[in-house]
This record gives sequence, structure tokens and C-alpha cells, in this order.
Amino acid sequence: MTAKAAPAPATVPPAGPSGNGAARGKRSMFRRRPFFTVALIVSLAYILGAIFAPLVAPYDPVAQSIDAMMQPPTGAHPLGTDSYGQDILSRVIFGARYALIIGFCSVLIGAVGGLIIGLAAGLSGGWLEWALMRLIDSILALPSLILAVAFIAILGQGVDKVVIAVGLSMIGPFSRTVRADVMQVRVQGFVEAAHLMSIPYLQVVWRHVLPNVIFPLAVQVTIRISEAILVSSSLSFLGIGVTPPTPDWGLMIAEGRDFVSFAPWMAAMPGFALALLLIALSIVGDGIREEFDPKGRRGS
Amino acid sequence: MLIQALKKLGQTLVVLMIVSIATFGLLKLAPGDPVQIMLGAEYSQETYESMTRELGLDQPFLVQYADWAMNFVQGDWGTSYIARTDIFTYGFKEALPVTLTLAFFSLSFAILIGVPLGVLSAVKKDTIFDAGSAVFALTGTAFPSFLLGILLIWFFGVKLQLFPVMGYVSPWEDLRLGIYHMILPGLTLSTYFIAMITRLTRATLIEVMDEPYIAAARARGEPGWRVIWVHGVRNIAMPLVTILGLQLGTLIQGTVLTETVFNLPGIGQMLTSAVLGREYQVVQAGVMMTAFLFIGVNLLVDLSYPILDPRLRDRK
Repeated sequence: MTAKAAPAPATVPPAGPSGNGAARGKRSMFRRRPFFTVALIVSLAYILGAIFAPLVAPYDPVAQSIDAMMQPPTGAHPLGTDSYGQDILSRVIFGARYALIIGFCSVLIGAVGGLIIGLAAGLSGGWLEWALMRLIDSILALPSLILAVAFIAILGQGVDKVVIAVGLSMIGPFSRTVRADVMQVRVQGFVEAAHLMSIPYLQVVWRHVLPNVIFPLAVQVTIRISEAILVSSSLSFLGIGVTPPTPDWGLMIAEGRDFVSFAPWMAAMPGFALALLLIALSIVGDGIREEFDPKGRRGS
Repeated sequence: MLIQALKKLGQTLVVLMIVSIATFGLLKLAPGDPVQIMLGAEYSQETYESMTRELGLDQPFLVQYADWAMNFVQGDWGTSYIARTDIFTYGFKEALPVTLTLAFFSLSFAILIGVPLGVLSAVKKDTIFDAGSAVFALTGTAFPSFLLGILLIWFFGVKLQLFPVMGYVSPWEDLRLGIYHMILPGLTLSTYFIAMITRLTRATLIEVMDEPYIAAARARGEPGWRVIWVHGVRNIAMPLVTILGLQLGTLIQGTVLTETVFNLPGIGQMLTSAVLGREYQVVQAGVMMTAFLFIGVNLLVDLSYPILDPRLRDRK
């Protein structure tokens, strides 16, 4: 296997076509928020790196080599190698795939589940609403990582199991924000007017309530992706998430922890990849929330 | 106000019950037949049935739940085969104190470092110092705690050899050594909270400094430090307690990870090894303890508002 000179994901040329298109439309926002712009470029670079991982990564992420075990960063292995002689740079690049896919998918599960429970709780009244609220309270009574650990205990380990466990554990916060939005919308004049025009109930919900709930929910989704990535890599770090030899950052950090005294790059490199992505995503999320969510509401 | 408190208490009890039913029910869904696991590979149909009866697994779900809940309340949590003791001793008497100690130290660090930092950046508003602490607050809340722990181990433990990097010594038995062992884990876990408290203190204090009573205190000729620390910082208590209650989940979550980084035998390690060893009763116990902790502290937070803010006491 030959080493192509490959840029690390963070240094991929920033201006993707989609980035340019968005920039022309809303130039002012990118001017006003330089941090946001930089963070967005970094996030896009991660996404591009994840999509084109086989092209950018110099080595096979799971190819082991006895000749190249635990080498410090050199020309041949820019980020060093791990205890199996696997190239850390390639594993970090492929790890972006797992992190982003797990993050997106589990947030989607959480958002859809939250939408259903939140709509039901917000639209119903009486004992059903009370029961649903207590249900949401109960889900929220457990931190998402603990909840995910409990689901993993039942489901077992693996990428798909992690997606489900993290997704289910995020339903609580989503359903609470959806319910709050529904409560606000359903007392609005246009909803009352629609009811008075004797438009069928479900159609009112579909045409008038849902659109006003979906948009804040989409904002929430962007904010919570970083949380999902953090929880999933935490699970892998604890050794109960994704199984080896999957190039997952949390797993790599856990493996590197045992060798921190003489091979600190093993934990540090995937760690910095994770930290940079999380910081970038949280700046992007904050920016989007401040721009598009005038209420400035903070989720828990 | 008493009625409100009772209402809150009732709601809390309902939530506790739902959580316990869900925990019990969910882990019933877990794969594997507990009878089969206990009997091993070879058994006769007869012993299987008597074992099922003995464990009460032939009873309806709610009866099983009631049995389990009664045992749980009485401290009979089952036996852990990995830890070779009963789960109550393992979880409640051994693991929980470790987790609580870690949480206590991190919160103390967070308040002792975060509040002064926040005050400084509020007083030195719009200077380099303020900008620096803003950057710290941003990165500190997004940085994964387990990575920070490893970096601290590498720098302070391996490079400088200043602090022990592994293991737990109870501060109740040996105060100095206990604190010594808690410094790195405490710092790891508290960074997020230091960042948060810094941000909160700064924002609150900047707002408060415009209040008339601050101007009045200045007009009376009180020294600057007294105006800030006595009249200003007192106002941080309320939002601080609120946000700590809200962020308690993050704290518990953080202890789980920090325990794994530093090899502390707390609830986090207990949960992880229970998941790997498929000891569902231990998972149950761990989840229940976290939920109780979370719900209990949030109840305390709600009930403590009138104590912290005299203005809330007068209102009926």
C-alpha cells in the first residue's frame, strides 16, 4: 500500500459548492459571525472527509502491520500508528464517517420520537396529557448517557445498536421542546380560526400546527447532533458501544488510554479530531439558534 | 406555598414510580433466560421449573414488579456474581460514595474557580482577560471530558509526575491522600462546570451592577470589593442553583466517564462492567440510583428557592 499525500480532514479546501451557494444568499450572516463561518467550514470539511474517506485516507483503516506498531508521527504515518500497527490518520478519517452517521441517525430517531410524543402531549388534554408529561419527566430523569447504557445492556453492542440506544435516549428532550412549541401554536388565532371553519382536526394539525413545530425542531436537531456524537463516542470509550476493530474515535481513545505514558498520540489524535468537531458543531448550533430561534430558548 | 411543595412531591413520587417500572420492565426484555443462566448448561426440566418458581418468574408482571420494588426498598438488590457480593453493598455502600465524592469535589472546584473567574471577567469587561475567559468558556463546554482526563494524566501524571493518576482513596479515611487522588479527576469533571459558571457569573454580575442598590452601596462609600462580593455576588446563588439542578445529568454522566478514565470504583465502572458481564440486576441498581439521585436533587433545588431568595418567601 502506497502512501498518497493526503490532507487531514480539517485542512480540506473549505469552499465546497454548497457552502458558496449558501454564502451568496445570506452573506451578511457569515460576515457578522466570523466564528460561525469558520466553524461551519470546519464542519463541512469533516463531512467531505467522511464522504470521501476512501480517497483521502492513505491506508486501509483496519490493515494491521507488525512492522509499524506504535510509531510516533512520521512522514509515512503523519499521526503515528497504534498498538496493532494501524495507521491513525486513516482511522481518524474513517472515524469521521462513523461519528457523523451515528450522530445524524440517532438525532433523527430522537427527533421523530420526540415529535410524536410531544405532539400527543401538546394536543391532548386532561389525564392523557398529564400521563404523557410524567412519561417525559421520567425519560428526562435519566441523563442520556445512562439511558443509552441501559438500552445497550438490552440491545447488545454494535454500530446499529448504538444508533438506536442514543436515539431513544434523546427522545425526552426533543418531546419537551416540541410540546412547548405546540402549546404556543395551538392557542394562536389562525388555529382557532381553522377550528371555527370546521376544518377536520387532523388537517388543522397537519396544515397549521405541524409546520410551526417542524422548523424549531430542525434547529434543535442541528444543536443536538454534537450531543449525539459525544454520547455515542462516550459509549465506545466505555467499551460498551461500537466493537473493535471499527475505526471509532471513542474506541481509539479508550485503546490509547492504556498506552498514554509512552504513546500519547494514540489517544490524543482521535481525541482532538473529536474535540474539534464537537466545538465546531456547537458553535454552528449556537449560531443557527441565535439566528433562527428568536425566543433564544435553551434546551436542557 | 406548602401546597405547591406537596404537589411537587407527589409529582416526583409518580415519576419515581414510572422510572422504576420502566427500569424493571426494560431489563425484563433483555435477551437470555435468567433461569438458564443460573443453572448452567445441564439441567433437568424439573429443576428448571422449580427454579422458575423459586425466582417468582411464573407470577404476572405486576406481582413480580411489586416483589422487586419491596425488596429494593428493603435493600435486597440481589447478588452480583462478578463482584462476588450482594448488590446493595457493592452499589450503594461502595460505588455510590465514590461517585458522590467525585461529584462533590468537581462541584467545589467549579464554584471555587468559576465564580472568581466570572467576577474577574465581569469587572474587567471587554479586555483581553474577558475575551480569553470567553474562549475558555466556549471550548470548556464542548470539550469531551474523557479526552481532557487523558491529557491531564499525560501531562501531570506522566510528564510532571505531580499527581497519582489511578485509583481511589476515600477522603473519609485519609483526608490528605484522598484529596490528592481527587485533584485530577475533579479537575477533569469540573472543567465543563467551571466554564459554565464563569459564563453565568459574568452575565449575572454585569446585569446586577446596574441595579440601584449597587449604586447606593457605592454612594455610601463602601469599598469596591465589598460592593462586588457582598452585594453583587449574592445574586448568583439563584441562577447557579437552578443551572446546577438542570445540569446534574451532565454531572452524573461526567462522573461515569471520569471514573473510567481514572479507574475509580464508582457507579460508572459498576454499570460498564455490568453491561459487559450481562448482569442485569446490577444495571438496574445503577440506573435506579442515578435516577433517584437526579430526581432527589431536582426536588431539593425546587424546594430551596424560597430559602435562597427572600423575595420568594413573602409572596403567598
